[in-house]
Amino acid sequence: MSDGLVFGLIQVLNGVQYGLLLFLVASGLTLVFGIMGVINLAHGSFFMIGAYLAYALSATMGNLWLSILVALPIALALGLVVEAVLIRPLYARDHLYQVLLTYGLILVLEECRSLLFGDDVHGVAVPALFNFSIRLTSDLSYPVYRLVISAICLSIALLMWLVIQKTRLGMTIRAGYSNREMASSLGIDIVWLYRIVFAAGIALAAFAGMIAVPVASVFPGMGNDILIISFVVVVIGGIGSIKGAFIASLLIGLVDVFSQLYAFLPGSAPYVLMALVLLLRPQGLFGRRA
Amino acid sequence: MSLDRNRRRVLKGLAATGAVAAAGTFAPTRFAIGQTAKVKVGIMLPYTGTYAALGKNIDDAFRLAINEKGGKLGGREIEYVVVDDEAEPPKGPANANKLVARDKVDIMMGTVHSGVQMAMVKAAADNDLILMMPNAGVNAATRELCNPNFFRCSFSNWQPAFAAGKVAASEGKKRAVVISGDYAAGKESTGGFADAFTGAGGTTLVKELFLPFPQVEFQALLTEIASLNPDVVYAFFAGGGAVKFVKDYAAAGLKEKISLIGPGFLTDGTLEAQGESAQGLETTLHYADGLDNPKDKAFRAAFKKATGRDADVYAVQGYDTGQLLVAGMAAVKGDLKARKELIAAMEKTTIDSPRGKFTLSKAHNPVQDFYLRKVVGRENRYVSVAVKALADPATGCKLI
Repeated sequence: MSDGLVFGLIQVLNGVQYGLLLFLVASGLTLVFGIMGVINLAHGSFFMIGAYLAYALSATMGNLWLSILVALPIALALGLVVEAVLIRPLYARDHLYQVLLTYGLILVLEECRSLLFGDDVHGVAVPALFNFSIRLTSDLSYPVYRLVISAICLSIALLMWLVIQKTRLGMTIRAGYSNREMASSLGIDIVWLYRIVFAAGIALAAFAGMIAVPVASVFPGMGNDILIISFVVVVIGGIGSIKGAFIASLLIGLVDVFSQLYAFLPGSAPYVLMALVLLLRPQGLFGRRA
Repeated sequence: MSLDRNRRRVLKGLAATGAVAAAGTFAPTRFAIGQTAKVKVGIMLPYTGTYAALGKNIDDAFRLAINEKGGKLGGREIEYVVVDDEAEPPKGPANANKLVARDKVDIMMGTVHSGVQMAMVKAAADNDLILMMPNAGVNAATRELCNPNFFRCSFSNWQPAFAAGKVAASEGKKRAVVISGDYAAGKESTGGFADAFTGAGGTTLVKELFLPFPQVEFQALLTEIASLNPDVVYAFFAGGGAVKFVKDYAAAGLKEKISLIGPGFLTDGTLEAQGESAQGLETTLHYADGLDNPKDKAFRAAFKKATGRDADVYAVQGYDTGQLLVAGMAAVKGDLKARKELIAAMEKTTIDSPRGKFTLSKAHNPVQDFYLRKVVGRENRYVSVAVKALADPATGCKLI
């Protein structure tokens, strides 16, 4: 293969990997938004919590995988508690209340982070097993851990598809999505469904933070950057659509990489894309019409 | 004093109810006995957000310098007013205005982020206030926007970058790529590197890469660097971005092939997080670990004792900002109305800094040595003096 072709392929890989990670965060956001009708501004903060948990636990346990195993139930529990204590009273309320509450939650979580971990920047080493690169040409190589991240994200996307399409839980989620009142009058326990969906969304965001930690840095306010771009994914993909979030994430990853390469609207390209989608298809690529 | 405190309480209440505008109707209480009234020092730094740790170190070291000299300025007690600027440029003008209009401070001190600094520069210029700058390196503050009232105790973005360019050229590197965030500070820094590097002769800048700021997805540009295969890469990133860049650079297999150089911010306060990936990196800055001077040792011990934390370059800059202000105010015995004398005194001061003694240029930016440092373990070890007594060109400053 020529160097140019390899260069292009690696850049595609870069875009896909970034997009897949984005999908983990955005899929939770779109589920919570689409099914429960809750705008969770604090979603990015759970990405941050995942990263800090992985950092703190792997510092004491010395193993990233083990610390993820411990951190994941913690994130899930946190999601359940937040849902029960803070979100549940707001289901019937206007979006504005949810926005206010979850914005407040960002500040509270950020302050807790500051108290618990301080304001320094931290990092976690790449697990030794995957800490090498595959050489592709004399100049170009690709870090293996990034491939691992992509593989994990793809497996989770597949798992989500299976759960939603092939299981009873998935059926209730789809029912809740298409018609909440009908679903509950048919005996589906909506409260229980919301609890599961919210906690799962939180856990997904936190999990994304955990596996991203070796190739990211752990720093104050890291959740806010990912929150904004995740909302872009949700809007482009269509609110509530997992398939939409998947396609939109990959799209954004690729657009981001190639807009930088060709210095064409670098940084703003994803937002331009969102504006275009809103103009041509206001409900998003796979969203349903309002 | 109680009158003053009451006024503040009222103002606070007003601000809380959103009636900030009404604050303007309260006349400032200037005491006739000006000399003995407290001097109001307005500190604006990031205490939350990405640069929170920097802001805290600057604040603590600034007060340490003043407290070491009796906790007063020219014999006057100090009332500190603190504003958290969150390192958010959009909130800069409103925050700077809080210090000026609400708190009626006598002196402004801050900040870390260059964008926020520009808001303070404007507020200080509009209101004819002394402004002490403890970090932000935005060139303009001591170039086209320089002002007799502004004093910077840190660096201009151009300075450490220029030193890095000198080092790269002297190491025989011929082809360079520069990379930074696509914002003012990033471009000023890569510009400084280019000034020194391309000026060395037989050298070329192969490409300038800019990443949308504050994004930190480096993969696309790292792949491009690999395919360009230059002799040296100059990178300007700080904080979380620096950690991620250095780690990604190593993970992409570039570290062994293409030498990476940068200003000290690339490896300052980030080594624990960067770990193995930063070992051996060379950076240039006006401060380093292992400087063999007694002032540095004394300062590090005092800072550790006062805060329980280790000092860093930001603490040093905050400390020197405090030292300079103490010296200036002592010369005029705390009389801020003797503005000319105050400015002249600060211009003449030789600051006995932990980084080594330095003075200010006519544009009020430090003329100081830049050190070449190398990462060894958790330290940025002093290697040599990269450029001696380097002054910013201060292009466009009317004070020169």
